[in-house]
Amino acid sequence: MATTRQTTAEFSKSLGRLYGIYTGGFVGFILFIAVIEQLGVPNRILGYLFVFFTLAIYAIIGIATRTAEVSEYYVAGRRVPAFYNGMATGADWMSAASFVGMAGTLFLLGYDGLAWVLGWTGGFVLVSILVGPYLRKFGAYTVPDFLAFRYGGNFARFLGVIVLVCCSFTYVTAQIFGTGIIASRFLGMQFEIAVFVGLVGILLCAMLGGMRAVTWTQIAQYIVLIVAYLVPIVILSTQRYGIPIPEFTYGQVIADITAREQQLVKDGLAILCTKESCPPGTLRPHIQPFMNYTALNFFGIIFCMMVGTASLPHILMRYFTTPSVREARQSVAWSLLFIFLLYFSAPAYAAFSKLEVYTNIIGRGLADIRPWLFTWGELGLIQICGKNAPNLDAVIAACKAIPNHPGVLRFQDFVINTDVIVLSTPEIAGLPYVISGLVAAGGLAAALSTADGLLLAIANALSHDIYYKMIQPLRRAGRSTVIGVILALIVGSVIWFMPGPGAYGIEMRWWVLGLGLVPMLVIAPFWFGMNDVTKRLTVARILLLYVAACSAALAATRPSDILAMVGWAFSLAMAGNFPAITMGIWWKRTTTTAAICGIIAGWGICLFYLVTTRYFPQFGVTYAGMSALLNPETGKALVDVGKVMADPQWMNQWPALATNPLANRVGWFDLNNINCGLLGMPLGFLVIWVVSLVTKPPSAEMMAFVDEIRKPRGKTVLEEKTA
Amino acid sequence: MLAHLAVWFFFGYVIHMFVGTLNQFTVPILKFPLGFYMAAQGSLIVFVTMLFVFAWQQDRIDREHGVAEDD
Repeated sequence: MATTRQTTAEFSKSLGRLYGIYTGGFVGFILFIAVIEQLGVPNRILGYLFVFFTLAIYAIIGIATRTAEVSEYYVAGRRVPAFYNGMATGADWMSAASFVGMAGTLFLLGYDGLAWVLGWTGGFVLVSILVGPYLRKFGAYTVPDFLAFRYGGNFARFLGVIVLVCCSFTYVTAQIFGTGIIASRFLGMQFEIAVFVGLVGILLCAMLGGMRAVTWTQIAQYIVLIVAYLVPIVILSTQRYGIPIPEFTYGQVIADITAREQQLVKDGLAILCTKESCPPGTLRPHIQPFMNYTALNFFGIIFCMMVGTASLPHILMRYFTTPSVREARQSVAWSLLFIFLLYFSAPAYAAFSKLEVYTNIIGRGLADIRPWLFTWGELGLIQICGKNAPNLDAVIAACKAIPNHPGVLRFQDFVINTDVIVLSTPEIAGLPYVISGLVAAGGLAAALSTADGLLLAIANALSHDIYYKMIQPLRRAGRSTVIGVILALIVGSVIWFMPGPGAYGIEMRWWVLGLGLVPMLVIAPFWFGMNDVTKRLTVARILLLYVAACSAALAATRPSDILAMVGWAFSLAMAGNFPAITMGIWWKRTTTTAAICGIIAGWGICLFYLVTTRYFPQFGVTYAGMSALLNPETGKALVDVGKVMADPQWMNQWPALATNPLANRVGWFDLNNINCGLLGMPLGFLVIWVVSLVTKPPSAEMMAFVDEIRKPRGKTVLEEKTA
Repeated sequence: MLAHLAVWFFFGYVIHMFVGTLNQFTVPILKFPLGFYMAAQGSLIVFVTMLFVFAWQQDRIDREHGVAEDD
């Protein structure tokens, strides 16, 4: 166990001082920007200042906490007090999905969006009761470490890594995508470039100091993001109702929204969605449940998000860094408190936003449309009268093209991208630009903190589990062969899957391979002089770089909306990890073979469901007995499957693009594909249970270890084993 | 532990199944429809409180059985 230079209490106190100074400095910075805005400094400059100042702070913390010790790099030396670990977990947890995507979804879906809020908070109960403290006692560096130890070896470890990489990669791409949106809007850069700017910010932190740097930076990022989230709604609440506590006044906002909704329908500015007819573009009352999700899918989302929380490696890893098991449990409680601060404000944010849109935008004349709308319209994120809205003339032309248009903005005329709502609310409400800049900094903090945590989880799994535990122990010949094969596969994939021209007459694939070689060439001269520890850390850092680059490249292609991608990651983690981990901790009789079968079965079916319903729905309908999902309000099918299948344009589209009418709209039991974990997890449990009973029970030694995990006292199990 | 899981299950799922009925009541002072309020804030407050209580209770049990860590 690493020796502590101070007791935890003294350490906590000095942390308190440090972060207190940091918070004071941040508030001072905000006031400074507010003042110079009034003095007439242009918005573009303010945006830059916010982004670069916060990025610089994170980079400085990252550099100041750089490390060369393995336990510091992987688990921050197990010295992070529960309170601060909770804050870091809060930042790690609150990603672009929570900050940007969730309030946006609540805006659009009203009550049904609360499924995500419930799911993403309730899961921590499962973490604290069923999983977290026991993994901490176990003493692993990564989740696959635990699987390898409990389930006899590297096959289980390898499966664990696959599930981890798959989920975390999806999730991190969504974060980098969010970073791209924010940076491109506030820095005025092209989206593809903004994505890579964000990447630099992420890497500066994670690469140098690993978990240690990431933890301390995440705490700084939490402070930024919670201030950024609360300030706009506190101001709005004070403006409208004179009370600065938006979480309380929000009840009144809901009442006002309902009143305004009824007014809009009466004035003919909106059409109500009813049981008979509910096409897109109709008004769904904010508080009405089950208008957007069926009851099954609503509760399904709650369940999948909760169990997914307890299965995601980058979250579980956050509890490896506390000084003790007791603090691990407390840390979960603190995490939820910090998360709760944001999550119980998000619906308030969405509600205030909606009220502002319903009062300031809908029902106003076209000539009154304010200029900030067009900045987003240019990026294609706001549409008026069915077309993008880059300037006033385009809007007037588009609306004139609609027969009998009344010349004022109706409900169905105004379409705003979900991911833009949080960022544009200060502008919608007419607040000074400093608030918009602040919100941008908050969104960036949220995205960067989660991206850091995820990339670290991936890179650590690859370097610790694959390289250190699986490749390095092989004898030199075996090692070279394995590495050779892996490299050949990667190079081969790049050459095969990347046709197309690049710059200066050299094809894209050669550019990618060439640039990819650079980090390795830089390291090569030093490699053979390194000791084993430095080698491990270097491998971790290089892998981090590669994974991040791949993710950024994928994000630059704009895959899908943030929340859906994140939902998939949760379900996959739930189906793959939860049965194996929980049963490993709580049922001594669980055998290796059973766990392996369980992971493959559970994860497999979840993946099958997801991939088929999104990319190969035609296959699903023809061979797998899938049918159309139903509209929650009317009960009718969302799409006429027979008609679409008869149309060769859609029938022959393999894989189906996002525009295919069947994509994401078919399935079994009217189950949305975000809920594929509902299929995978029970199957996983069943398989593990049955197969355990028919295979040889684990050794008495293993059963004793499982008992040991349940007692907080004593050294971590892993250390004992190697002592 | 089971008691906590039961509370979790109730506030996570059961209570929301009655959202229609609950919405007929309004929370005093705050003016929310009750069903909506439970999903938006009520259940969350329960979860957070529960976690602190659980950590404290579990620690007490560990100490009673002599398996708690040294401070």
